[in-house]
Amino acid sequence: MDLLNALVLLANFMLVPALTYGCQLALGALGVTLIYSILRFSNFAHGETMAFGTAATILLTWWLQSMGVSFGPLPTALIAMPFGALAAVLLLLASDRVVYRFHRRQRATPVLLLIASLGVMFFYNGLIRFIIGPDDRIFTDGARFIVSAREFKAMTGLSQGLAIKTTQGITVLMTVILVAALFWFLTYTRTGKSMRAYSDNRDLALLSGINPDTVVRVAWILTAILATVAGVLYGLDKSFKPFTYLQILLPIFAAAIVGGLGSPLGAVAGGFIIAFSEVAVTFAYKRVIGYIVPPEWAPDTLVQFLSTDYKFAVSFTILVIVLLIRPTGIFRGQTL
Amino acid sequence: MSFLIGESMTGGYGSADILHDCTIGVERGEIAVVVGPNGAGKSTAMKAVFGMLNLRQGRVMMDGQDITALSPQQRVHQGMGFVPQTSNVFTGMSVQENLEMGAFIRDDDFLGTMEQVFDLFPILKQKRRQPAGELSGGQRQQVAVGRALMTQPQVLMLDEPTAGVSPIVMDELFDRIIDIAKLGIAILMVEQNAKQALNIADKGYVLVQGANRFTDTGEALLADPQVRQSFLGG
Ligand SMILES: Nc1ncnc2c1ncn2[C@@H]1O[C@H](COP(=O)(O)OP(=O)(O)OP(=O)(O)O)[C@@H](O)[C@H]1O
Ligand SMILES: [Mg+2]
Repeated sequence: MDLLNALVLLANFMLVPALTYGCQLALGALGVTLIYSILRFSNFAHGETMAFGTAATILLTWWLQSMGVSFGPLPTALIAMPFGALAAVLLLLASDRVVYRFHRRQRATPVLLLIASLGVMFFYNGLIRFIIGPDDRIFTDGARFIVSAREFKAMTGLSQGLAIKTTQGITVLMTVILVAALFWFLTYTRTGKSMRAYSDNRDLALLSGINPDTVVRVAWILTAILATVAGVLYGLDKSFKPFTYLQILLPIFAAAIVGGLGSPLGAVAGGFIIAFSEVAVTFAYKRVIGYIVPPEWAPDTLVQFLSTDYKFAVSFTILVIVLLIRPTGIFRGQTL
Repeated sequence: MSFLIGESMTGGYGSADILHDCTIGVERGEIAVVVGPNGAGKSTAMKAVFGMLNLRQGRVMMDGQDITALSPQQRVHQGMGFVPQTSNVFTGMSVQENLEMGAFIRDDDFLGTMEQVFDLFPILKQKRRQPAGELSGGQRQQVAVGRALMTQPQVLMLDEPTAGVSPIVMDELFDRIIDIAKLGIAILMVEQNAKQALNIADKGYVLVQGANRFTDTGEALLADPQVRQSFLGG
């Protein structure tokens, strides 16, 4: 019984949150990896892209709510999300047209494009604060829980409860659908294959008559969609604050690099590795241990390796270790 | 005038010219071979014919049309196929996907062409699901040639198709290239194995320092003592 309680406690405070966070990172890292494999640079504006898609979604959600539209037990934001994604698509395509295309035609080095993306990031940054402000926004509505702790306790008779928030369920489900759709697209469709070919060998792709402009455009579109979904899910789960989307860039890049920059499979794996490490290191194990060991051995301290304030240090440490031991990442990145 | 010809081409990658008034061409259904020492500009000449180089002078004509201004992609649409000297396959993609990418510009059903390629190179059919990067050098060259054939080109340009393959595989590849030429396709290729290549060539070009040194039929070049002495190792 105590062991079960310990497990439920772990599931409730570690497994479920880490799984959710891992999904959000995976979606974010997929966008980074996609741009890297097609355009060959690390897109520092990706966090802000997520924030922009989310901000657009929030504005629309408010409007829908004011019109009395609701999505039953699901958050209204899910209705607004496709339109938020559309806004992000337009923004990214416009940025490509105005900024990146010029450098691409000049055959600019990846570093130059990276710096350009930094400039774009600052621009988005201002744009987002201009349209929605710098404050914390909570925009979730609908039912709060799929299973609440109280219901769980009543069902199982355990003293520990396992709560699954609606946003957590949606996050996992949306991620599974989106990732499956992306892999299907890349593996089986003509356009998807041409993107893999382009990322594999750009010159040969050109010799085969693959249109680079189309490939680049599709890459931006997919990235905008992935970024918006990742951003909205993160915002629904936590809350929306523009600054956190800048901070989340570090774990996202860590995820993409750990998995192997350019490898979609790696991005997904990396997302979960980073999320689970971060949560595992910042989790306070005191109560879990309390259930397992005899009372007299119960720890007095929190048994927490790192305070949550330092959670970004975890991504950073993993990043450094991977870059030292296996710079290409787990799945040997570079190509789609 | 030849079916495909790069005439008096002068140009290079930067400010310095690599090609100097260089001319190479080929007829329909024939094989033209370009030989010469390393760094002679053979690959550069091929790139120039395919539009991957800005020419300062000269022009490229195909079927009586001036195509000098066309981009490589547009030339693919015009019926040209090119197998570069290096990284000429999509290493991460399967053999079949490589062929599919070769047929990317085609909107019609290309399965028949794929069968033709498999008939030409049976080993590819066997390895169709394997990533091209995991094939042997010779098999990889077959994928490269197969990919270029998928557009059903009128001209096939090959830059050292037998680089790094054993003599037996080389003979086999040459046989296949003769087969392809018999289909009526013009073949323009660069070869390091000059003797064997000139043997099957209708026309041969010896390039030295970006300029034509000798131009004749393959047979005549092989018989020319000067050519033998300087370029064919006696
Ligand atoms: N991408 C490039 N940029 C600048 N110079 C180049 C480039 N490729 C080749 N060159 C130069 O052009 C000259 C001719 O090179 P090219 O590759 O055409 O020779 P090649 O005859 O094909 O030689 P090989 O038999 O070794 O393949 C060389 O001096 C080389 O340094
Ligand atoms: Mg060469």
